[in-house]
Amino acid sequence: MKYVNKTIPSVDGKGLMMGKPGYTDDLAEPNSLIVRVLRSPHPFAKIIKINKEKALTLEGVECVLTHKDFKRIAVTRAGQGYPEPSPHDKFILDDHVRHIGDEVAAVAACDKETAKKALELIDVEYEVLEPVLDFEKAYENKNVIHSEPEIHEMFPIGLEPLKNVAASYMMNVGDVDKTLEECDVILDTRFYTQAQAHVMMEPHTANARIDYQGRLVMYSSTQTPIHVRRILSHALEYPLSKIRVIKPRIGGGYGGKQCLHGEFLVAAVTLRTGKPSKIVYTRKEVFESTFSRHPMRFDIKLGAMNDGTLKGIDVDVLSDTGAYGEHALTVFMVAGSKVFPLYNKVDSVRFGGKVVYTNHTPAGAFRGYGAIQGNYALESAIDMLCDKMNIDPVEFRMKNMIKEGETSPIFAIMGEGTEGTAMNMESCKLDYCVKRGLEIINWKDKYPKKTTEDGKVRGVGMAIAMQGSGIPYIDMGSAMIKLNDDGFFNLMVGATELGQGSDTILGQIAAESLGVNPDKIVIYSSDSDLTPFDTGAYASSTTYVSGNAVKLTADRMKEMIIEEGAKALGTRLAETDFDGKIIKSGDKEMTLAELSNRLYYNEDQKQLMACESYVGTKSPPPFMAGFAEVEIDPETGKVDIVDYAAVVDCGTTINPALARVQVEGGLVQGIGMTMYEDVVYTSNGGMVTNNMMNYRIPTRKEITDMHVEFADSFEPSGPYGAKSVGEIGIDTPPAAITNAIYNAVGVRIQELPVTPEKVFMGILKQKDKE
Amino acid sequence: MKIKIKINGTIKTINVKADEYLVDTLRNNGCVSVRRGCDTTSCGICTVLLDGAPVASCSYLSCRADSHEVTTVEGIQEEAALIADFFGHEGADQCGYCNPSMALTLYAMKRELKNPDDDEIRAYLVGNLCRCSGYVAQHRAIRAYLEVE
Repeated sequence: MKYVNKTIPSVDGKGLMMGKPGYTDDLAEPNSLIVRVLRSPHPFAKIIKINKEKALTLEGVECVLTHKDFKRIAVTRAGQGYPEPSPHDKFILDDHVRHIGDEVAAVAACDKETAKKALELIDVEYEVLEPVLDFEKAYENKNVIHSEPEIHEMFPIGLEPLKNVAASYMMNVGDVDKTLEECDVILDTRFYTQAQAHVMMEPHTANARIDYQGRLVMYSSTQTPIHVRRILSHALEYPLSKIRVIKPRIGGGYGGKQCLHGEFLVAAVTLRTGKPSKIVYTRKEVFESTFSRHPMRFDIKLGAMNDGTLKGIDVDVLSDTGAYGEHALTVFMVAGSKVFPLYNKVDSVRFGGKVVYTNHTPAGAFRGYGAIQGNYALESAIDMLCDKMNIDPVEFRMKNMIKEGETSPIFAIMGEGTEGTAMNMESCKLDYCVKRGLEIINWKDKYPKKTTEDGKVRGVGMAIAMQGSGIPYIDMGSAMIKLNDDGFFNLMVGATELGQGSDTILGQIAAESLGVNPDKIVIYSSDSDLTPFDTGAYASSTTYVSGNAVKLTADRMKEMIIEEGAKALGTRLAETDFDGKIIKSGDKEMTLAELSNRLYYNEDQKQLMACESYVGTKSPPPFMAGFAEVEIDPETGKVDIVDYAAVVDCGTTINPALARVQVEGGLVQGIGMTMYEDVVYTSNGGMVTNNMMNYRIPTRKEITDMHVEFADSFEPSGPYGAKSVGEIGIDTPPAAITNAIYNAVGVRIQELPVTPEKVFMGILKQKDKE
Repeated sequence: MKIKIKINGTIKTINVKADEYLVDTLRNNGCVSVRRGCDTTSCGICTVLLDGAPVASCSYLSCRADSHEVTTVEGIQEEAALIADFFGHEGADQCGYCNPSMALTLYAMKRELKNPDDDEIRAYLVGNLCRCSGYVAQHRAIRAYLEVE
């Protein structure tokens, strides 16, 4: 392969490093009205009275919007395909507020200061309601968070708002009770995972204007421009055909920008005033008023035989979706569907539970999407079971884990919100990943622990993981390739580059297929007017789904070039070929530049344009094995990550450097979640960690050594053998690190994040026992 | 109030409000590479050089920059392009939102520290947060960049 499996610099990296304008707020109209939002100081309240008259009299205020200005249309901000598997439980503005930071009213004014003053002039009288702040007490709580009659599900997802249930689910393979009864050893335990904040560096941002055709044109920092257009149209009852959504460069998302946030209010302001407007979320708003990761409780039972065969998995999950139910069901299901097929030889699996509402900041999509939570529970439990059975945890995994050519019944049962799709693992190098990871981390010398000269203890631990590659039969990607005069191409994709490098790798796929140098391909993403349909950047779909669409499109363009070339040369189609520069048949030839100039200026004149689409018929999982080495100070409980080795099977790496950094970046987000990242609330429902001083993300000081490698793997259904790589990196750190901590000091962390205090208290407890 | 400030080599007289921060003054005067990240001086995104030293422009009052020299990435284009080559080679540029501030801080570090070791590099850049890259690819790129005379 000439241009695939090659590192080339990203197409936009240099320009962005040099400071070229490209992000949403760089592209706002200079005279935009500034939109600010009045946010709820209460976790749960009814708005009894709201008076905007005083605010409206302030000079420079153009518009004040309250719930009275909107028709009550329930939508979901989830940014998913249609019909969405998330409950429609959100109004643009409502007469109830359901978490601190929820929207009460919006103002649009000539500048920031005026907008801020106007917010203070809005009189609101609240009836404060008793909030539900403990997700374990939310189910059938007397305080009902969503009692409004308009909210609904688009198809059965288990929504029971009067019981504070946003979604529920249950699946069975075999008879798990019977299986567990027959097992020699049972492990029965509980884990908790916490809310994690995305902390993308660019805050949520949107701006709008009415263009010269009277259409609403919006720039939005979004992962899903096509969904934004559709959901805006529904929520505002404004024709889809009169909305254009442009996704410019995006300063990070990780799932946090799959959903809609500022778009509704900016659109409403511009439609009402006719003037351009913009919103830039403050960091406090990003923390309090967008989304975080679903906290979950896992009750997990594993059953095994004395010979080290895993027989049954029984898991009950309680998930906290916060005030609104975006991604409630699907994140929940992924905690099972992209975790438990790892151990496909079991006789039975039961997976079920509920997703409940609370009066905390809502949860939404976040890289890993349930799989990181489920992986922590399962892969910790596997080590605990092995410990109980006195079996080596690596050998246990090698014996019981999924292998190439195999399948799991879970694939057919569980999809994302719907039934799944049966598939065999055409590519699964998990065994290689484990073996190679053992070598990199030097497991045999380090397992389980070593004491250093200064009295610290080093331990190693590991975990295996899988993810998916798009949502089969739902996610669609498409691409258009246009040949221009002088023989260069435009590649237009709806796939949303958000910093992961998708523009670059999609260009490489097209270059490979056409045989042309990538610099002959000008890529553009994404603009709902100009680029073809794509569901967007989520569910690890871009390389596999959009990548396949690009390959099909480029293949078609190559055929068209050969057809036109044969015509121009007067040769037979079957004997004519194109090598990326020259169209050739026998001794007759012409360059692509000559052909295209002929097509556009001289003879047989026509535009060559190819457009193809791709919908996955399966979602081949990438796999990985992660190995952590930790150093613990037994005097303080402080844990340092000394090394992290990751060996990944993502099929072909289209761009090895970009793939590697996807894994490294995922690992560090996973390490942050494991070690300290935690969205903390007061007992009154206020968020303590609503700024970057209180919510800490990893810095370059604590991440010093990581070793990421890729297995030699080829996925036959992927573009040039590729699977996804965007999410898999985040999944292993919680289990691998907590397993390493256990191996080092015998303390089992069953509630994330790991903190020095928990480790130290665990060490003390052990000493007490001794 | 009026301030006189040299932005990327050009002296400008600018009207600013008493409570205006440098990030807004610069953005309003053609330097869109200067962007906000956190509002609390925690992330480093808004870094600019004030008389050659990195400062967080989101918490630096514009009036304090009166009679000083400010450099944004628009003022070090050649160096930024060079740094970008090293980042691009490692796939370390990612979403790019923090990269103009990275380029500025690196540029300042290269002039301030002689042959820094790994720990010194990390200490100097610790205030420049990145949520995409996981830092190690950036570190590889930075080491290679520092080899350039």
